[in-house]
Amino acid sequence: MDILTFLQQPWPWYIAGPLIGLTVPVLLLVGNKSFGISSSLRHICAACVPAKVPFFDYDWKKEAWNLFFVGGILLGGIIAGTLLANPAGMSVSPKLVTELSQYGINDYHSLVPVQLFNWPALLSVRGLLMMVGGGFLVGFGTRYAGGCTSGHAIMGLSTLQWPSLVATICFMIGGFIMANLILPFILSL
Amino acid sequence: MNTWLSQLKYLVIGTIFGIIFVKAEVISWFRIQEMFRLQSFHMYGVIGSAVMVGMLSVWLIKKFNIKTLDGETVVFHPKKFNKGQIYGGLLFGLGWAVTGACPGPLFAQIGVGATVVAVTLLSAIAGTWVYGRFREKLPH
Repeated sequence: MDILTFLQQPWPWYIAGPLIGLTVPVLLLVGNKSFGISSSLRHICAACVPAKVPFFDYDWKKEAWNLFFVGGILLGGIIAGTLLANPAGMSVSPKLVTELSQYGINDYHSLVPVQLFNWPALLSVRGLLMMVGGGFLVGFGTRYAGGCTSGHAIMGLSTLQWPSLVATICFMIGGFIMANLILPFILSL
Repeated sequence: MNTWLSQLKYLVIGTIFGIIFVKAEVISWFRIQEMFRLQSFHMYGVIGSAVMVGMLSVWLIKKFNIKTLDGETVVFHPKKFNKGQIYGGLLFGLGWAVTGACPGPLFAQIGVGATVVAVTLLSAIAGTWVYGRFREKLPH
């Protein structure tokens, strides 16, 4: 197997998880930065639409590193999605395949389900709820909670912050409620 | 200080991080569904082992007083509890399961070619703005 074929395979959790965890010391030691991604959304607001809101009235340029970091994530997505893309598509749990087939979702060639997330779907109630509504909840919720999976679940837990444990538990509760109780209804729209 | 050149290192770290995100499939809506439906260990393994490595690194940095590359002492920012972590956490959880993405993966999803996720990202920015605008009126 050549190296490219090797890299195109999905990476198992025990490789990917520790690598993601290493982001914590790398950012700390490279520039004394606390790992956190949702703040980038706040900096974008502060830079583009501050509108005299006190919450956006700060020197966002001092936090510009965060914007370069998310710019890198976008770039990483482009590189991995082209050069390193897995030609075999997603391999998911048979239970999920059965559940999603009830809603006519059966295309697993991409990481993002193309049957749910596409431009024409924006004009449907289902697509609007999932993309616009979901996005709003992600932005509003992470800022209200003071962090997301990176800031609370990874950085916060790594530094033994109990408020981050509370936040992480709430992320999970919200996720369980949505995936099991609300999403089936949205998917059937 | 904050020169463009010094910021480039964060672009590089972000790029590597984005590649890991994609290759670990943690930016996949399907993997997020599996996690919240308890149908796979994958996401739990990723987050769990990431936290373990993060914890160990922070412990080592504190224990041996490891300095940054510039020789500074590493600064940690303690978080104060407020009810926002509960309300906001629940709301973010709802959004995470429906979009299949937290803020970081949104950028990576756009990168892998799901261009419509740019709308989700804009909506997330709008959500952040609305929070900032009405912050004083929300329970914390």
